[in-house]
Amino acid sequence: MDILLKVNDLHAGIEGKEILKGINLEVRPGEVHAIMGPNGSGKSTLSGVLAGDPRFTVTGGTAEFVGKPLLDLSPEDRSHEGLFLSFQYPVEIPGVSMVNFMRAAVNAKRKYLHEEPLSASDFLKLMRQKRAIVELDNKLASRSVNEGFSGGEKKRNEIFQMAVLEPRLAILDETDSGLDIDALRIVASGVNKLKTTENATIVITHYQRLLDYIRPDFVHVLYKGRIVKTGGPDLALELEEKGYDWIKAEEDNR
Amino acid sequence: MSALQQYLDLYDAHRKEIDAGSGSTLNSLRPAAREALSDKHLPSRGDEGFEKTSIDAMMTPDFGINFLRTPIEADLRSTFKCGVPNISTRLALVVNDMFVPTDTLAANLPQGVTLMSLAKACEEMPQVVEKHYGKIAPLNDPGTALNTLLAQDGVLIHVARSVELDRPLQVVNIFSAPLPLAAFRRVLIVMEEGAKAQVLFCDHTADPERAYLASQVVEVYCDTRAELDLYDLEESSSLTSRYSQLYAAQAEGSRLLVNGSTLTAGCTRNEYNISIDGPGCDCRLAGMVIGTGKMHVDNSSQVTHAAQRCKSDQLFKYALSDEATGAFEGSITVTPNGAFTEAYQSNRNILASPDARMHTKPQLLIFNDDVKCSHGATTGQLDQQALFYMRTRGIPLQEARTMLMQAFMVDVIDTVRLDSLRDRLRHLVDARFAGQKAMCADCPL
Repeated sequence: MDILLKVNDLHAGIEGKEILKGINLEVRPGEVHAIMGPNGSGKSTLSGVLAGDPRFTVTGGTAEFVGKPLLDLSPEDRSHEGLFLSFQYPVEIPGVSMVNFMRAAVNAKRKYLHEEPLSASDFLKLMRQKRAIVELDNKLASRSVNEGFSGGEKKRNEIFQMAVLEPRLAILDETDSGLDIDALRIVASGVNKLKTTENATIVITHYQRLLDYIRPDFVHVLYKGRIVKTGGPDLALELEEKGYDWIKAEEDNR
Repeated sequence: MSALQQYLDLYDAHRKEIDAGSGSTLNSLRPAAREALSDKHLPSRGDEGFEKTSIDAMMTPDFGINFLRTPIEADLRSTFKCGVPNISTRLALVVNDMFVPTDTLAANLPQGVTLMSLAKACEEMPQVVEKHYGKIAPLNDPGTALNTLLAQDGVLIHVARSVELDRPLQVVNIFSAPLPLAAFRRVLIVMEEGAKAQVLFCDHTADPERAYLASQVVEVYCDTRAELDLYDLEESSSLTSRYSQLYAAQAEGSRLLVNGSTLTAGCTRNEYNISIDGPGCDCRLAGMVIGTGKMHVDNSSQVTHAAQRCKSDQLFKYALSDEATGAFEGSITVTPNGAFTEAYQSNRNILASPDARMHTKPQLLIFNDDVKCSHGATTGQLDQQALFYMRTRGIPLQEARTMLMQAFMVDVIDTVRLDSLRDRLRHLVDARFAGQKAMCADCPL
């Protein structure tokens, strides 16, 4: 597969307000892309639209994922095809245990792929094995999804789910927000362990900090709903040093 | 002619047969009930507290009543098999309104425990029946008076002083008749001082194509330090109407749990009237409704704190989809004698479709300054963010919805103190949300 994700002139908005105004992006296997940008530039909208969040309306453009028209797929089918979104604010689901949640997720994917459901013992083995990647406490398994988890636990739980689902493309939306430095290291090392030449990662972040741990191949700057600059890892360092103002000035005066 | 008048005429024409097919104590209250009804009407939607459910309309269709006590063949093994697996109960059946003991019932009941036909109990346990029958349920309530007027049989549960039941008692109410039938049944539960028991009632219909009407009045008397868990599980058909009125009185230090779950029904109205008369009591009232199709379920509660240092907690939850409608009206009254009362009430509802409707009215009446009380009601939809989150993990929309609805009911199910019943209820609820039904039919008796 040459191209995992190909986004072409994507326009999208919420409640009639256009937020994404023509996004172009290509992601190939083995690549790590960082998307940076000031507040309100559309970073979370982009991740939401790619994952199929029904709150957003696509108003133009196309997106192809593993050769399929991404925007026509339901969120669950996008997941089955190998797209994963790590939420900036993972949702608490009282009354649904982590174990049941993960079993439903794993077996839904297997069903999609015409595979038999996992046996109880195989499932538990899988959980155990994947938990180790992000040093997630076993006790969390019996708790309700994200309920009462600390900020760090929630983010580690996201990466744990990613490890279980083995996506072809993972979008990490502000995964570093709310993390202390130790949690950040654990989360980043989890992401790095899951990296292969077959899959790819899009890291959405405010700060360069996370990129010290997850080295991007490309850095894109999103501003006012468009990617206005693309560069290598050096661009992130430049942004860290100079802020976004110079890019805003460049764009606004164009 | 009003719905009530039909029944009064029936009574006037058949009083002999009615008395002949019943028991002395039941008969002794009929004249007073008849008198009480002479200037009354059955509540309809114009009456306060019945805004969403008309008892008059429920009772209007032409139902037969089996005054002559003609035995109705019910091949229970083929039409009905209930059972909560791993629950080892003492089981009795009430076919329509007639008590049918299982062969082994009497032999299985421990010393001091009675589970028998109420009509028969008038002869065999007259002291208990005379002392308690009709004492808590007021004849000035038209529904209760009508039940008192027409009920010929039902169930007596009596647990003698300090007797603790190790296994639950189970009563299965089952409708089985070749024509539309109304059953007026009566339940009397007497827990003597320090007695402890768990009782499970299940409502079923044998023939889903037939219209049925159930009127039941349940009187529960908990003497000092008695403990009773009362579970009431309705799994009837869409053509079944049910008007159930429960009256309970709690003496000092007693503990009462009432859990009413409506899994399937046609039109149901449940009333819970609990009077906490002695100090140091604990009362827990829980209700769960899973409404689909055109089901209508109305729960109304009245908990009165008339003594000091008592605690009550009410939790009612509804999950309504399709065109199902629900109503809840709950109230807590703390009388001037109710110092140090702790009373809570919560009603939470999910409307899972645009055409489902919920009406809720929580109320507090407090006539004492030294109390801790709260009430609240919420009605909303499934959490859209949670649904999206689950879908991004690959869980299909329908399955995600089912999981969220199941999760919503967890705390009501957790009020069940009987492990096997709790597991069974969880299973039934899961199956119910997954679109399966009549699960009970698959159970070994």
